[in-house]
Amino acid sequence: MRAIRLCITFAGLLVLWQLIVTATAAPTYILPAPLDVAIAMAERPGLLLQHAWVTFAEILLGLLFGTILGIVSALVIALFRPAKRWLLPVLVISQALPVFALAPLLVLWLGYGMPSKVAMAVLIIYFPVTAAFYDGLRRTEGGWLDLARTMGATRGAMLRHIRIPAALPAFGSGLRVGAAIAPIGAVVGEWVGSSAGLGYLMLHANARMQVDFMFAALALLASFGLALYFTVDFGLRRLTYWQREQSPFDD
Amino acid sequence: MHSPFPDKPQTAPSIVLTGGHLRFAGKEVFHNLHLTLPAAKWSCLLGPSGVGKTSLLRQLAGLRAEDGEMEGTVAAGDGAPLPERIAYMAQQDLLLPWATVLENVLIGRKLRGEPIRPQDRDKAMAILADVDVAREADALPAALSGGMRQRVALARTLFEDRPVILMDEPFSSLDAITRRRLQDLAVRLLAGRTVLLVTHDPMEALRVGDDILLLKGSPARIQAPMSPTGSAPRQEDRDGLWPLYAELLKQLGAAA
Repeated sequence: MRAIRLCITFAGLLVLWQLIVTATAAPTYILPAPLDVAIAMAERPGLLLQHAWVTFAEILLGLLFGTILGIVSALVIALFRPAKRWLLPVLVISQALPVFALAPLLVLWLGYGMPSKVAMAVLIIYFPVTAAFYDGLRRTEGGWLDLARTMGATRGAMLRHIRIPAALPAFGSGLRVGAAIAPIGAVVGEWVGSSAGLGYLMLHANARMQVDFMFAALALLASFGLALYFTVDFGLRRLTYWQREQSPFDD
Repeated sequence: MHSPFPDKPQTAPSIVLTGGHLRFAGKEVFHNLHLTLPAAKWSCLLGPSGVGKTSLLRQLAGLRAEDGEMEGTVAAGDGAPLPERIAYMAQQDLLLPWATVLENVLIGRKLRGEPIRPQDRDKAMAILADVDVAREADALPAALSGGMRQRVALARTLFEDRPVILMDEPFSSLDAITRRRLQDLAVRLLAGRTVLLVTHDPMEALRVGDDILLLKGSPARIQAPMSPTGSAPRQEDRDGLWPLYAELLKQLGAAA
């Protein structure tokens, strides 16, 4: 049912796109029709895929490291009182600095290759994951902790059997946001300075007025973003199997 | 009837609180309070809302006050250490939603870092059979009704096999019939232990309590107006509880 609805939405967007192209009679170098984009995609699939892999790898690595860093930070902040005082401001600063402004610096420091893009993605994912997981860890139902204390629970066991599982739904919200915005980090990094990736490809296609090819790259990026989001969403549903209402996009 | 306990429960001690003290928002809720829970008996604590019943129970359980400051000494009548002999039951069933019914009953061992042995599972299953939720052993708590969830909470308490049970309105969110059944079940299964039941239902106290305690006044004091006769669980008509009920209501009303 969900898949059918998605297909209908997708088809609807394509029709709307085609209608706009027809109605405005826009030339291909301003707004290509869906079919033009498909043709552009079919003409040079090797080139697209070659660059797509780079971007996908950056996104996935960024998501992986950002999530690990976020989990560790949230645990440290939640468990050690002094750490909270010192790390919370760092967390807020990491979000107050616009990542877009940092991009040139990161490229300067980490080079034109993948590391600067992964770092961008990590920076952008880190905050939502850490903030959400920390929030979850902080709001453990007091009654559960009372019960555990009267049972003589160790601190570690309380964390493992109560606080972490109780925080998983909150962590899931953070990770979903992270998965949805991770591509931003990678692509911005590629725009600022790179020699490979879909962002790099789009920049070049744009400069050469190959707007159809640019759209092809964009379509690929969007599909990957969607696939990533739904994969993460699926995984999180399995992880928090006891929760019924999970996704913010569910009815 | 077959007993789920291979080992005899430890002998239940009496519990004595001395110098009980609770300050909340600069106000003395109770001051220099003395309370004795007789060994192997059910004591039921009644009193108006906000008089500090829950705080008193938490103090006995060794838990921090939810707000305010608490002081006082809690000791067992036999002089042996108390904390590892206490089990706590709250108004909410406190079942972990991600754990199955069986896992919830076994949670104490996990939390103490003890391994779960086959005999622990057998014991847990026997207790679940005793409270009549054995068929739901592998279900998640969300699939259970309120009454069944509270039965599982009772099973979890029984599995811990502690001689002292502190209960904070554990049946108050249940409908009347389910509540009566659980009272009967608890009386049967918790026999021989020292029990404190905090409740706001005078009839519940009269049905299950050996001693009725009233906490009232400002600062609050403990009164022990009555000890119903006959063995619990008592019946309203047969055991002549209605006059006592009226009397208790009057005393509670005077306190409000």
